[in-house]
Amino acid sequence: MTVVDRPASARPHSAAASRAHGGDAEDAPQRVLMKGNEAIAEAAVAAGCDAYFGYPITPQAELLEWMARRMPEEGRVFVQAESELAAINMALGASAAGARVLVSSSSPGISLMAEGMSYMAGSRLPVVLVNVMRGGPGLGSIGAAQGDYLQATKGHGHGDYRVPVLGPSSISEAIDLVREAFILAERYRTPVMILADGILGQAMEPVAPTFKTLAKRQPDWILDGADHREPRVLKSLHLRPEDLEAHDIELHEVYQQIAANEIRWAGERLEDADVLLVAYGTAARVARTAVERLRDEGVRAGLFRPITLWPFPAAALREAATGARVVMAVEMSAGQMVEDVRLALEGAAPVFHHGRMGGMVPSPDGVVDTMRRVLASSEEAAR
Amino acid sequence: MTAAEPVTEQEGRTIYRRPLLLSNPTSYCPGCGHGIVHRLLAEVLEEMGLGAKTILVGSVGCSVFAYDFLALDSVESPHGRAAAVATGVKRFRPDKVVFTYQGDGDLAAIGTAEIVHAAARGERFTVVFVNNGIYGMTGGQMAPTTLAGQKTTSSPRGRDVATQGYPLPVTEMLSLLPGVHYAARVSVADPGHVGKAKQALRRAFEVQLEDKGFSIVEVLSTCPVGWGLTPTEAMERLRDIVMEAYPVGTFVDRGRGIAPALPQPGAAHRSITEGF
Repeated sequence: MTVVDRPASARPHSAAASRAHGGDAEDAPQRVLMKGNEAIAEAAVAAGCDAYFGYPITPQAELLEWMARRMPEEGRVFVQAESELAAINMALGASAAGARVLVSSSSPGISLMAEGMSYMAGSRLPVVLVNVMRGGPGLGSIGAAQGDYLQATKGHGHGDYRVPVLGPSSISEAIDLVREAFILAERYRTPVMILADGILGQAMEPVAPTFKTLAKRQPDWILDGADHREPRVLKSLHLRPEDLEAHDIELHEVYQQIAANEIRWAGERLEDADVLLVAYGTAARVARTAVERLRDEGVRAGLFRPITLWPFPAAALREAATGARVVMAVEMSAGQMVEDVRLALEGAAPVFHHGRMGGMVPSPDGVVDTMRRVLASSEEAAR
Repeated sequence: MTAAEPVTEQEGRTIYRRPLLLSNPTSYCPGCGHGIVHRLLAEVLEEMGLGAKTILVGSVGCSVFAYDFLALDSVESPHGRAAAVATGVKRFRPDKVVFTYQGDGDLAAIGTAEIVHAAARGERFTVVFVNNGIYGMTGGQMAPTTLAGQKTTSSPRGRDVATQGYPLPVTEMLSLLPGVHYAARVSVADPGHVGKAKQALRRAFEVQLEDKGFSIVEVLSTCPVGWGLTPTEAMERLRDIVMEAYPVGTFVDRGRGIAPALPQPGAAHRSITEGF
């Protein structure tokens, strides 16, 4: 395994390229050690990101730093903006001009970007926005947290719109989802959010450097000057209520297509599970260990892991929970995704929650303890 | 033939061709200066042959529908963010001509950070800053550029500088920045000043084509409805009072050796290789 120091002089993807020459079966897959923030950035570079705009904030700053070096190397656009407000609006302009754009921040900065996201959703402008979540509310802490789930999946900016949200649980998965996010953003002309957290951003993991390219599209809506064609206008303003309603209906038809076609989730040990943990992102790593410990104790536990947080994999979760005695959400929050779990199950199984907040991370033992108590009380109630 | 050349002359009347880039009649109030500025922009871009490669970055305020009146590729901005949006457009499409069209509420209040930093970075786009000293669209409230003592719906007893501060001379402030290659203030108060306004807009787009730095033209304009005056009275106020408070002229044209006679930041923007 190659260890890449930060800032790296060797490129992870060049390590992959050298493997391509002599790759025979006895070579163990060459892996590199990368920080999540750096891996996400490099995945975007490989996927043909044309422009990056950002502002320093912990625990996301390495993403900005990586792009500051790599984008100019590739002859692409990098601007360190004066604020997150400016960064998202630079993204708006570049996207309108046809660029494939990445923007990243962490929770407080994401709040500032809510305005621009709403305008981009209304103007049908693709962009990929990475939120490396930290503890809140307010300035909060710089520790990893999942307290922005409701903001990401239910609202963010003002108005009647939705944004696909992808929740990677490992750095390798984050690399794949960056490319997926660009595909979704351009396929549906929408902003897409990657909801990571401070641990995913800061931790180093060995990853297979499978940074994949992504072909460029030739959209017919971009602004490049009205040369021998009618001028194009990209806007969210529709002053007449009839016009705005028609526009909003169009948006919601797109969201229905996304909900019908783009749901992603993963399951572990679900076949015989009658106790179900539901978790995404870093919390899913904790839940996975808890599942193993519960299995060691003879509890038939399984893990359901949503990858698209919006659209939430409700039907798949309902099926996975068929016959379950207990369903428990594990989150680094006071209980946000658990609301979607309850909505999905519609009372089909009792739903509980185990969470830590403020930058604290649940431990597998904590999860197992809560589950033991839940199981004991439900057995008592059954008597 | 340009739009500035007469098409026909009959019975003492001279009829000029409408610029091709003016697509629809405007919906501005009688006596509002926006229509004049739109026409000047249409004439300049047409005369310079730039219409097919120009992207308009709109803003929020009375001119929010500028894209309905100018036949240009256009993108809307959130209130105050036009300079950031234009940065994104121009950085990705440096071969295009990009300009923002912003009022004084948009540029000088909510968009102050965006305009200052775009100017500081020397972004290669042009800013058309229409200053009528008031929030026209929302009902005539006080703007950062409202004159001291001026009555508005949110300064009903006149702007009191002790509590509501002084008018903000944005263009003079920006002209101190090394990234700003052209900064001028013009007016639409009378035909002579309208002609000079057109020259300034042309020069600003020339500077953009030279790829040297940021260019801004502040156009002093009217808001008869917001000012509570007739169109004629509004033009007189613009000439006699507003232009007195905001002097017109070229503050910076670095390509022609005009730079502000104000202290420049010293070592701060000199390269460390120059012997720090």
